[in-house]
Amino acid sequence: MVKINGEQHDVSGKTVSEVLAELGYNEKGVAVELNEEILPKCNYASTVLEDGNSVEVVRFVGGG
Amino acid sequence: MSESKNDKLIIGGHEFDSRFILGSGKYSLKLIEAAVKYAGAEIITCAVRRANTKDQENILDYIPKNVTLLPNTSGARNADEAVRIARLARELGCGDFVKIEIMRDTKYLLPDNSETIKATEILANEGFIVMPYMYPDLNAARDLVNAGAASVMPLASPIGSNKGLATRDFIQILIDEIDLPIIVDAGIGRPSQACEAMEMGAAAVMSNTALATAGDLPVMAEAFRNAVEAGRKAYLAGLGRVLTRGAAPSDSLTGFLRD
Repeated sequence: MVKINGEQHDVSGKTVSEVLAELGYNEKGVAVELNEEILPKCNYASTVLEDGNSVEVVRFVGGG
Repeated sequence: MSESKNDKLIIGGHEFDSRFILGSGKYSLKLIEAAVKYAGAEIITCAVRRANTKDQENILDYIPKNVTLLPNTSGARNADEAVRIARLARELGCGDFVKIEIMRDTKYLLPDNSETIKATEILANEGFIVMPYMYPDLNAARDLVNAGAASVMPLASPIGSNKGLATRDFIQILIDEIDLPIIVDAGIGRPSQACEAMEMGAAAVMSNTALATAGDLPVMAEAFRNAVEAGRKAYLAGLGRVLTRGAAPSDSLTGFLRD
């Protein structure tokens, strides 16, 4: 299982690109952290998620 | 007139004509363009949050391209979390500006100055243009300067309170003693308060809630713009002195009716 934005998903063995698409995130407007480290966009397609990984997918929103 | 024409706000080597920094929170994305236009703003803040798969609207689609984005680290409770958010913000690809905002206190949302100093040092070393939000304390402000801050952003009163310049005298100390742009952030609720901050010599004013909770956001944005410009002009002109006692006539009292 992989934790994505706080929820467990059964996506071990898939790439970050595949998982973002599968879950419905728009790759264009987001940034991704894998185990609290930034994952550069160019690595989404080649990075395979493993059991126990923690992923954060963030974007800009309104704020002061 | 000549000095006000070349009167640029310079932050981290970037020049701005506008001295009114706009927040983008608590109002519709559809109002951002009008807010920016009426505020005359060249810098707008935003926050970083978890993306969700249902709401695909991207705030960047609503922000005019010539406006500098100033992501904040709101939500961070310590320096490490602020650094994480700042790095994510940079990864989102809108430049190196970051407004550090670190709060441990959830009731008054007061910034944690010591964690803010730590985060400032780390991020300045990574090449960020760091604009720390802080409680107006001279010692902390000096530490922020030494840590590599590009400006210092003292609060006027608690975030979102619209209470105005509760910390007035302490902001004045920062303006007088700190050799960086002092940008008054948080709590400015009315144009008159923004104007007063600028008359005091603040380099800029940042506001969000005052606009977001106003009856007519774009009109209030314009009122703030005018107030900030008026206050800046008054500061550059040099305010007239205040008498501690007595009075001084504006015109000669002699020359008629008495000898």
